[in-house]
Amino acid sequence: MINQIGAYSLYICLFVSVYLILKSYISSKNFDKKIDQTFFATLSVQLFMTILSFFTLVFAFVFSDFSNITVFNNSHTLKPLFYKISGTWGNHEGSLLLWLLVLTFFLFIFFVTSKKMNVRYRILTILFQEIIILGFLLFILFTSNPFLNIFPIPNEGLGLNPILQDPALAIHPPLLYVGYVGTSIIFSASLAALITKTVDNVWASHIKNWILISWIFLSVGILLGSIWAYYELGWGGFWFWDPVENVSLMPWFCLTALLHSIIVLKNRNVFHSWTVILSITTFSLSMSGTFLVRSGILNSIHTFANDPSRGVFILTFLLFLVLLAVFIFFFNQKNFPDTYQRSFLVSRETSILINNWFMMFFLSVVLVGTAYPIFLEVINDAKISVGPPFYHKLIVPFLIPFLFFMALGPNIKWIKNKIKKLNTSQIIFLILSFVISFFIVLNTNTNYLFSTLLFTFSFYLFFNVINSFQKKNSNLSQKVSHLGFSIFMLSILFNGILSKENSANMKVGDEINFLNKKLIFENVKVESDSNFKKLVGEFKLNDNGKIIHFKPEIRVYSQPETITSEADISSTLFSDNFLVFSLIKNDGFFNVRYQHKPLMIWIWISVLLMSLGGVFSFFKLNEK
Amino acid sequence: MYGKKVKIRAFFIILVFTSAILITFLVINSLKENVVFFKSPTDINNLNQIESKKIRVGGMVKKNSIEIENKNLKFVITDFKNEIIVTFSGAVPNLFEEGKGVVAEGYLEDRKYLKAEKILAKHDENYMPPEVKEAMQGN
Repeated sequence: MINQIGAYSLYICLFVSVYLILKSYISSKNFDKKIDQTFFATLSVQLFMTILSFFTLVFAFVFSDFSNITVFNNSHTLKPLFYKISGTWGNHEGSLLLWLLVLTFFLFIFFVTSKKMNVRYRILTILFQEIIILGFLLFILFTSNPFLNIFPIPNEGLGLNPILQDPALAIHPPLLYVGYVGTSIIFSASLAALITKTVDNVWASHIKNWILISWIFLSVGILLGSIWAYYELGWGGFWFWDPVENVSLMPWFCLTALLHSIIVLKNRNVFHSWTVILSITTFSLSMSGTFLVRSGILNSIHTFANDPSRGVFILTFLLFLVLLAVFIFFFNQKNFPDTYQRSFLVSRETSILINNWFMMFFLSVVLVGTAYPIFLEVINDAKISVGPPFYHKLIVPFLIPFLFFMALGPNIKWIKNKIKKLNTSQIIFLILSFVISFFIVLNTNTNYLFSTLLFTFSFYLFFNVINSFQKKNSNLSQKVSHLGFSIFMLSILFNGILSKENSANMKVGDEINFLNKKLIFENVKVESDSNFKKLVGEFKLNDNGKIIHFKPEIRVYSQPETITSEADISSTLFSDNFLVFSLIKNDGFFNVRYQHKPLMIWIWISVLLMSLGGVFSFFKLNEK
Repeated sequence: MYGKKVKIRAFFIILVFTSAILITFLVINSLKENVVFFKSPTDINNLNQIESKKIRVGGMVKKNSIEIENKNLKFVITDFKNEIIVTFSGAVPNLFEEGKGVVAEGYLEDRKYLKAEKILAKHDENYMPPEVKEAMQGN
């Protein structure tokens, strides 16, 4: 019965969506100065219906209503309440409903907060956003309806993949989705602004907030996924260049580029076409991200769904949207003002353009690495994978000039900057960075030119950002974000050259010695939890007199039957000590992996700092 | 002769083209070196010559084939047609088990022997690498 409510509200949404598309199309042709109040009413109805439908599904999950196929497939009565709720979006159908919810919610917020903008622009944004909403509604209702019934009603559900039963992963999808879906508003608004010929600085400061929201949520969403992979998958790294990770990183690069170019548009009223192209690309990448993850094309640890018809639908829809966007772009881009007369080579604009180019380069590398295996498989059936060396080789060397420009860029003025005599403080920073880096690399026996240069320019950026905090003219959000990035680079580099690991197969009572450390496997106990049993290992690490105890777990879930390892990590500000163990076969041997990861926690903190910069900018803390 | 606008535009276009060519070259070059091919034990058996490049071998861990010592792990990957012996020292994932799907990445010593650097298994207990599924359906 409750299933019906959910399904019917979706049909009402569909109806409203079609109505709004027609209505906004007609009113965009002959509009008044005042916007029609029916827009507000219909948008509210649509939002209400989506919320209703979404909460119907949450409700079905919470009360384990197994007459619903989605609930039956993805939940279990013994699951803790928190994971019953998060199970709502832990599956294909529910996650799409969440997409839809965010789509309609954002459109509503956009409508309410854009009152100062041109009426026709608002109506056209509704039109494009409703086209996207309609596409998703059709997709949900006809290929992935979350409200299908099953009869006879089963007594018990199949359970959620236990590896997803984790606090970080429970909130990772909603955050990521807010980031992804936020780009839809940017897309719709760019098209609307193109048609109404209002791609200018007023529009830029209006749309900047949406870019910021998407960027902040996407950053934090990726961060959570990365933290989860670090402790749950037991690999002990934070980024594996797995296709599904890449798919979230690509819109991030694009959004970061957009975030910078929109500032130029806002302040200098140049880069019109470029900003619009970026807006369209960002959304296309977010959509194809969903397509790749949901179609099961990617051979990845994340492969959740395997349904070709879903993939084909999303791909067709995406293609339609992209063609529509390109069409609109080419018919309207001639209206942009000519800006060549106002551009100078040494200016803040140029430095941001350089940032954008680097972002596009990183994006292309990741895109090729992710898409090439799919491409090759289609062409000649060869199965390949592109591993981390590919990305490292192409991205790492380019980080050196990137960091250099990033350090200099914010010091350059808008419009035109005279190149004065070489700035002494810059030279001091550079020399200081080089000396520090040289000694770091020297002491760690990684006699490698790249390391020294990378360290040098990371420190150079770091000093420059620190120095900029005492200047009054530059803005706080930029400083905080750039500080975050410089700390991010430094902690990755330190982490990279100073990480140590050792793995061995051990029995209870075994003792191994490595790198002046002694690891003792003291005991293993069996314990029970609400919906799993666990083996708890007790390890003692003697690190030159410093003793650390580890209690990693092997969890055995019964529904569905799955084994997961929970690493035990002891974190300090300086380093993480990471220990994970797993059972190979039942002969007493455990596979034990110990890792020492310096400055690990700073990788997480620095990404939070970057996002915090975005938050500052959103609340306009730097415009005082 | 030409205005500033034309000059800037020409300069810009040249810059874009050279960087595009440079990037394409770099990317293709790097792809050639860093691509890891996936093979089944049967594919390896049919190889004309053993390459020194890193490869991935996928299949099922043969029943009763895992041997554990303190540092090393030895097991057999099978596609039920051909087999390959794998040695490995390092950490294995949770779902590494006899009778389950596995992918080993490393270097071939000969047609029957792989020195693995990394063992991959997947999230899902029902998971079988698509390549393995295909290889097994083919048999």
